[in-house]
Parts: sequence; structure tokens; C-alpha cells
Amino acid sequence: MAIAKRQTTDLSRQTFDYAPAPESIDHIKIEPRYGLFIGGKMVTPHSKKRFPTINPATEQKLAEVVEADEVDVDHAVKAADKAFDSWSRMAPSRRARYIFRISRILQERARELAVVETMDGGKPIKESRDVDIPLAAAHFFYYGGWADKLEWAFPNRKPRPLGVAGQVIPWNFPLLMLAWKIAPALAAGNTVVLKPAETTPLSALLFADICMQAELPPGVVNIVTGGGKTGSLVVTHPAVKKVAFTGSTEVGKLIQRSLAGTGKRLTLELGGKAANIVFDDAPLDQAVEGIVNGIYFNQGHVCCAGSRLLVQESIAEPLLEKLKVRLGTLRLGDPLDKNTDIGAINSKAQLEKIQGLVESGIEEGAEIYQPECKLPERGYWFPPTLFTNVSQSYRIVREEIFGPVLSVLTFRTPAEAVEKANNTPYGLSAGVWTDKGSRILWMAEKMRAGVVWANTFNRFDPTSPFGGYKESGFGREGGRHGLLPYLELV
Amino acid sequence: MWDMATALSLSHLGSLMRGVRSVDEVGADERAASLAKRSIKKSSKLWALDLAIRCMDLTTLEGSDTPGKVAALCAKGIRPKPGDASIPSVAAICIYPARIADAKAHLRGSSVRVASVATAFPSGQSFTSIKIAEAKEAVEAGADEVDMVIDRGAFLSGDHEKVYDEIVAVKEACGPADLKVILETGELGTYDSVRRASILAMAAGADFIKTSTGKVQPAATLPVSLVMMEAIRDFVRETGRPVGFKPAGGIRTSKQAIAYLVVLYETLGADWMTPERFRLGASTLLNDVLMQIEKERTGAYQSGDYFTID
Repeated sequence: MAIAKRQTTDLSRQTFDYAPAPESIDHIKIEPRYGLFIGGKMVTPHSKKRFPTINPATEQKLAEVVEADEVDVDHAVKAADKAFDSWSRMAPSRRARYIFRISRILQERARELAVVETMDGGKPIKESRDVDIPLAAAHFFYYGGWADKLEWAFPNRKPRPLGVAGQVIPWNFPLLMLAWKIAPALAAGNTVVLKPAETTPLSALLFADICMQAELPPGVVNIVTGGGKTGSLVVTHPAVKKVAFTGSTEVGKLIQRSLAGTGKRLTLELGGKAANIVFDDAPLDQAVEGIVNGIYFNQGHVCCAGSRLLVQESIAEPLLEKLKVRLGTLRLGDPLDKNTDIGAINSKAQLEKIQGLVESGIEEGAEIYQPECKLPERGYWFPPTLFTNVSQSYRIVREEIFGPVLSVLTFRTPAEAVEKANNTPYGLSAGVWTDKGSRILWMAEKMRAGVVWANTFNRFDPTSPFGGYKESGFGREGGRHGLLPYLELV
Repeated sequence: MWDMATALSLSHLGSLMRGVRSVDEVGADERAASLAKRSIKKSSKLWALDLAIRCMDLTTLEGSDTPGKVAALCAKGIRPKPGDASIPSVAAICIYPARIADAKAHLRGSSVRVASVATAFPSGQSFTSIKIAEAKEAVEAGADEVDMVIDRGAFLSGDHEKVYDEIVAVKEACGPADLKVILETGELGTYDSVRRASILAMAAGADFIKTSTGKVQPAATLPVSLVMMEAIRDFVRETGRPVGFKPAGGIRTSKQAIAYLVVLYETLGADWMTPERFRLGASTLLNDVLMQIEKERTGAYQSGDYFTID
């Protein structure tokens, strides 16, 4: 870990420590208190309850946001319902224009959004700058293009919007998940009530400002903040016609139960326990990068994270040795520093969950490896962690940790790899590393996972559908498939 | 399985080459691009720039090189910034064999070494006997280091044995001089070939492996360098013998030089950040580095007129 700094003036004796290179926050304006975005403007809420949103890297309070109550949610849904009439009848090319305008503003304000995303969520600035924000803008660009081509997307059918979409998103990619939800909904002609996660509401509130800047008709997008209770009010509101949720499998099941019999359309994107499978002919150095990217990207707060490494036994030793060396070069620290690879854990609760699961791994007999790593004194941090000597029955192999923790298993044959990879209640993603093209195709066919990456991991593109099998949910986001949940095909 | 299992056994050259692991091009490019985004500032930038000078092989390889040109280059190499003793000398002056004697005379008493290209540089398309003789004569004329080129024609036609044998013979001809083996990666076509040639050169006894002659485009690139450094890392792990790395060709700015140092640091580690194990082959990089040092120290850029051209 490159945290310890040795400062000497004698250049010949100094080592190559990177001097701090923090992204400036001077240009960021965060209000001390936020209202709710309903009917095209920020409104004073009915609810008197507020809660702070903090910077997990410093534990400092950034702002206070509202815990929207039943009346607030009702206002938001009614505003969306009212806007639906004109928005859904608007010439599709005009609708596209608004969506394109939003994507342009996202690009223009990319730096501001990236800094806010990093401050509110703890992710390294290099990720929010290079991944979250550009991809969010790309999603709006992509779906903006579909808005006036829906009839070509589904030939010989008449696609019709559904109405108000109630959307609840997680804290791991706040703005990107907002884009995944809002962009296809708007393109299809629906209006939206969105609830950002409790710990990361700020980029959604900035997005409210962007909607105003884009002069989006009032009520087309509404944003209500709050915790689980607010979320449940959004999804159960009778005027909501379509529910989209990304988050834990536990909450997903609750939502599905509560919506049974209501006739509401539902898509769920839930947890995962992806296998990253490395065969003995894989390009090892790139596989190591892919493993690192698969599990330590965004501190492992990724539903499709490659949290189970399945490595062919014959190359396990050199691969693990390389991986351990690589872990030692990961830079953990100030998320705003441009050289930081691993930022802060999103919240205290999440940190405790990770700690609990890691302890269970040790108790069950797994061998833990963590590189030498000094954690900052304030904030929530967890070092990159590797477990070897684990078996399929351990909790760290079965349960989603949602943290920078990798479990390493070995296999002997491709068939065994498939069997082990699929032996999980989840099925969101998988990775295959091999030089053999035919094996990639064979594996992709056998994997019970929504996305299979070949010789890469955690690669996203708005044109590519994403979603799960089994307890990882249903429905697809992204691509032409991502329009379907927001349309009725007559 | 593991690259260098039979690394030093000549009779198993074929299986050594077949055992070299593949490189995924997309992944290597991505990794190099992500390292190029490291933000090196203030004290670490000054340290890197100082190291870039200490590791520099200041080069002139032109048909028009004369004793006068080499004399000027030597003066620049010894004292890059006249009147500023805090700026170190470069590692070596890199020239054609015909200019060794001139360089030797002008570098006497300094720490700067003489590096000479050899073996029918830059194409390597000559008789093996002549290549060996050229290396030998270069060392006799005073070269401390020899930069040889591999026979790409032989390598690409699959005649690995010829390439290997030539390197072994040239290494022997070099005697006490260090041998840098130029792969000319711009002519090898794929990262797989680059990795294979790297392993081959190291197994044959190279002290350094070097990307390019500077006469072929593309010359050094960051991903190619990453691939070669990863090959070095694996070779060291397997054999325990450290091998140096030298990117050359097209490195003209401090920013580029720092990117190479970052890749070096994060791939081979701090032990390689020394002129014994890392060189930057460059002809026009030096003044940009001096300019950036001045800027870091004073906060202002100075005109090119304040830096001697050679």
C-alpha cells in the first residue's frame, strides 16, 4: 500500500511516493438543506423529518435532506401523473430533444457531478470521473435516440407508455443508476418518481437542477428523498403503474410480495455473487487486472462484482502470487485524490456488514490475506481482502458481501468450473478468462448469469442489456431490451 | 505452464517459446492507459524528473553525426544545465560505433557512460559474423554498453534459434560491457510476439531489453513497455536474475517520461528506479525535462532560449 509517505529533500534517497493530487472542491455548491423536486421545482416538503447525508471518507455532514412522507410522495406521484398526459402525447422527436439536452448538460457539468458523487458516496474520483458520469450521460444519449424510433424497435407492434414509473435506486452508482432508470422511462414516454438511496441523495438532487436547466416540462421527473419507508410509499402508491428497483435481494422480495395482485409492472435488479473464472491458458497479467477490477472496483460495492474467483488449479499458485503483489500496489485513501484506487466504504452500516462477514470467513477456517495498508483515522475504510482455503459452503462464498473481499476457489475441469460457478442463488454476471474462443462461447452458454464477460470484467455500455437470473432479479436495463419494461406492446 | 520453467536450457528453446503465455491486447492497453492517468505533482514530479535525467541515454543516431556534434552532446550530457550543479548528468551517450572514440575522449572523468549501437543497426539484416565483430570492436573502442538489434526477419519467420544464438554470441563478444537487446517492437506486430521476444532475449543473456531503434514507427509505446516489464517481472521471479528495461523512440516530453516511470514503479517496483535497471532512450527529451524542473521550482515557464540546445 502506498500510503506511508517518506518526505526527504534528498532526491536520490526519496522513493516514488505520489504527492497528494486532490481534485478541487472550490467550485462545488452544496446547499445546507434540500427540499423535494416535485412538479418541476424544489418544494418545501410536508414532512418535517430530515436526516443528514455525510461524506463517508471524513464523516462530515454535507447536507440535510428530507425524509419524504406519504403526503410528499402523493404530491410527487400526482405531479407525475398530471405530466404524463402531455409528455406521452408529445411528438417523440421533441421528447428526444429534452433527453439529449439532459445528456449534454450532464457532460457540461461532469466535473461537478463527479466531485459530488465522490464526496457523498466515497468512491474514488477517477471512477466517478471516468466511469459513472460519462456512462450516465451515454445512457441519456442512447435512449434519447430511441424516443422517436420505438415502432422500429418493436416491428408490427404499437408500443405505448405505461404511466408513472416509481423507481428506487441504490447507493453504489447513484447517478448512473438514476440514468439507467430515468433515460429509458422518459424515452418511452413515461413520467417518473425516483427515490435515491438514503446515503447518496446529492447527485439526484443535482440532477433535479439539471432537469430545471433543461426546461424539462414540470412533473416529468420528480425526486423524493428518504429511507426505506419512503421507497415503499413510492412503489406501493396506487397511481404508480410500473416499479423499477435496484438494490438488495431482501428488499426486492419484499417489493415483489407487496406488488402481488396489483397489476403493476415490476423489474428488479438485485444482488449477485459472480464467479470470475480463470482457465490455465488465460493471459495471466491481464486476468489479474480483471480480477482486481472485478472485485475492488468501487470498493466492491457492485452488484455484479466478481466476488468469487474460480481459478484452474494448475495455475492457482502463480496467479495468486501475482494477485497478491498487485494488491500491494493498490492505493487506498482520500477518494478525491486522483491517484486513489480504493475509496471509502459507503456507510458505517455497510462497513459493519463487511466486517461481520469477513470475521465469519476467518471463523469458518478461511485464510485471509490483506496487503500492508494504513487506513485513514476518520471515515469508513476496509482494506482489499483476499480469502484462500475456502469452500463452497462458507458464508463468504454464498452471501453477497458488497465490499472489497474476494474468495478464491479452484477447479480442475471446465465442467467443474461451470458447476461451481452456477452453484449460487444469484445469477447476475460471470467472467471467463481464456485464450480459447470456443471455450468462451461454450462457457457463456452454460453460465446461468445475465452478463458473461470474456477476458474483461465490469464493462458497461448503454447498448448492452444488463440484468439477472434467479435471485439476482428479472428484467433488463440497457439496450433495446431496456425499453420493454417501460412499454406496453399492443 | 509457467513461462521460464526451462528458460535457460538451450535445447528446449522450442518448448520455452511455446510455453510463453499470451497477452490480451485490450487488457494491456487498458492497464497502460489507466496508469497514464496517474497525477504526479510537486515533490514526486521533481523526483521523477531528476530520475528521468539520471536514467537518460542521450542519443544521436544520424548519418550526419560528426566529432563536433558528439562533443557537443557529451558536454550536454555531463552538465545538462550549465551553472546549475543540482541537475545530474545523464546515464549515457548513445551513438554509432564510428563515434565511440570521440565520445570516449569527451566523457573521460565523468560518470557518463558510452553506449554504442551495433549488429547492423537499425535493421539487423547482415551477416552474423559481421554483427559479432561489430559488437566486439565497439567494446574494444571503449563502449561501456552495447545496444544490439535482434534479427526480426529471423524472429518473424519462426527461426527463434537464430535470434537466440546471435544474442548469446553478441553477449559473449561484449565481454564486460552491458548488453541491451532491441526488439524493435514496431515490427513485431503483436503483444504476444513482444512478450515472446522479451523472454527469448532475456533467456539468451540480455542485461536490458529495449523497445525500439527509433527508426521505425511506432517506436516505444506505454502498453508495449508494460508487456515487456511484465515479461521481466516473470523472468526475475523464475530465474532471480534482474534485467533492465529501456524504452526508446518518440519520448519527447516530461509528461511521457513520467508516465513510463509510473508504469515502471507499479510493475517492477522501486528497485528498478535506478539507471542500473532503467534507461530512457531519447534525443530531444532533456530540455523539456529541464524546463519542467525550472517550472516546478520557480512556478513559471521559461523561454527555450534559456536552455542550451546541446
